[in-house]
Amino acid sequence: MSHVAQGRGKYGFIAGFLFAPLALYLTFVIWPYVQTFGYSFTNWTGQSPTFDFVGTDNYAALLKDEVFRGALWHNLLLLVFVPLVTILLALFFAFMVNAGGRGGAGGVQGVGGSRFYKVVYFFPQVLSLAILSVLFGAIYRSDEGGLLNGFLTGLGLIDANHPVEWLNEPNLVLWCLLLVVVWHGVGFYLVLFSAAMQSVPKDIYEAALLDGAGRAQTFFKVTLPLLWDSVQTSAVYLGIAAMDMFVLVSTMTSGQFGGGPDHHSEVMSTVLMRNFLYFGKSGYACAMGVVMLALTMILSVITLRATRRERIEF
Amino acid sequence: MTAQPTVIKAPGEKAAEQPGGAGRTGKRDGRRSEGMALNVFSHGFLVVWAIMIVLPLIWLALGAFKTDAQIGGSALSWPSNWHFDAFGRAWTKGIGGYFANTLIVLVFSVPLTMLFGSMAAYVLARYPFTGNRLIYYFFVSGAMFPVFLALVPLFFMVKRFDMLNTYQGLILVYVAYSMPFTVFFMHSFFRTLPTAIHEAAVIDGASDTRIFFQVMLPMAKPGLISVGIFNILGQWNQYILPAVLMQPQTSADPERYMLTQGLIQLQYQMGYETDLPVLFAGATIAMVPMLVVYLSFQRQIQAGLTSATLK
Repeated sequence: MSHVAQGRGKYGFIAGFLFAPLALYLTFVIWPYVQTFGYSFTNWTGQSPTFDFVGTDNYAALLKDEVFRGALWHNLLLLVFVPLVTILLALFFAFMVNAGGRGGAGGVQGVGGSRFYKVVYFFPQVLSLAILSVLFGAIYRSDEGGLLNGFLTGLGLIDANHPVEWLNEPNLVLWCLLLVVVWHGVGFYLVLFSAAMQSVPKDIYEAALLDGAGRAQTFFKVTLPLLWDSVQTSAVYLGIAAMDMFVLVSTMTSGQFGGGPDHHSEVMSTVLMRNFLYFGKSGYACAMGVVMLALTMILSVITLRATRRERIEF
Repeated sequence: MTAQPTVIKAPGEKAAEQPGGAGRTGKRDGRRSEGMALNVFSHGFLVVWAIMIVLPLIWLALGAFKTDAQIGGSALSWPSNWHFDAFGRAWTKGIGGYFANTLIVLVFSVPLTMLFGSMAAYVLARYPFTGNRLIYYFFVSGAMFPVFLALVPLFFMVKRFDMLNTYQGLILVYVAYSMPFTVFFMHSFFRTLPTAIHEAAVIDGASDTRIFFQVMLPMAKPGLISVGIFNILGQWNQYILPAVLMQPQTSADPERYMLTQGLIQLQYQMGYETDLPVLFAGATIAMVPMLVVYLSFQRQIQAGLTSATLK
């Protein structure tokens, strides 16, 4: 067989294997992504086949849209607090699980039953956000039947006749949602950080212990710098999750596609969906999609740059 | 198997005493008591969070056995009867159908995802050709973008294909949106497989296609299992895509809600009908299979997810 024929056979094989996956991916993922940019400059309603090019009108309108600006602000708040709280808790637990055990001859070791903790903490991660919505909807019920209110009345901390209206309280609703995200995420990042911690050679810890380093010192001077890459990645992932929030907000809070009370829990994705499916403003919704993408990109870059450190090889 | 017997610690059991733990010098003792205090301290926090995870889930399941009045009355009440009828009602009120819909879609979408994802990843990982890197980054970059960026055109795209509220439409969309992660994961997996085996198969006269299906795929089994479980979980729990694509278009259209969507539907419905035990039963029915899958494959799931994220 000549080389040419062989080469052609190879290319045929490559093309054959790539065709179906690539075609599907281009049709349903890439092409819609690209189209969004185009539609964002039109006044398309989605109903009529015709639409006009309106330049940057949609973007100008977005700047003036009070609801969208509020939503943007909420996303930014979540963007700071979701990664911060989740990563801190996950790091704390990961350190406890991996190095919180008794010291002594064994050097640094995890607590007993560390396997058990890792399994349990991961539970929320396998539950769908829909289940989370039902669960936390019930926990945050505004009467005594809610787990949180029932618990607090049981402890005598709140009056049974005036339970807290968690999800209807303008100043509380966003933080209630934050708690759900943190509850959901901590286990995953605990496992992630644990894996990273375990890949650190034991003798580094032992050397630190021999040099007389305490737990806190070991954590800040040894563990954290070695984990920095994972922390960075996690911050980006959590940031992307904080940009979304659609399922929880739209199903747990009041209003068409959520966002209530009175837009106090509104996020960009819920405003987008309402404009698209309820108000029939497809072009406008596309402009929001583009803003979401731009912010995701900017924030990923900022996170990666701001947290950049000298990479430590081991 | 290692010859050394492994001691499996029961959940919550304290770490076994280290051999030679007794009789140490003063300085060592100081460190030991610090370790001891820390052990109690860390267990304390760990136990509290573990309770915060498990308690709400048990409480939710218990709600299925309560009466509606009990649920509204006090959160801390114990169910007065242990009838399973709320589960039956939840099943007939739609959960059964939603369950079936989700299964139908996943039976096709997961194997297709695995097949197409592996095919693309294999070619990209092991055949150098012009544009290889470009196509790879093309595939992988999809994971970076918010799905909302595509949602509006995607809806009209699926509509144009006349596949709104059809199983095949959702299957294709699921496969497409699972590509970035699957290709990314399998790509790194195929790269680790030894080239010698490939060469041996070529000398034996096997075609590229044959090598892929009969040599490479079986060797990639551990990777396939990890990424397969991940795709099952991801597609089973997907909400946004079905919420947009699986709405009945006319009143004559059948409801083909996925389980997640159906559960939210049930949440609205039961809010009006005030039959909350049904909602709690429905959520429990949706929750249990996932917990079972997770507990059976927890090692692969945790390992797979972390290796995929850390790479």
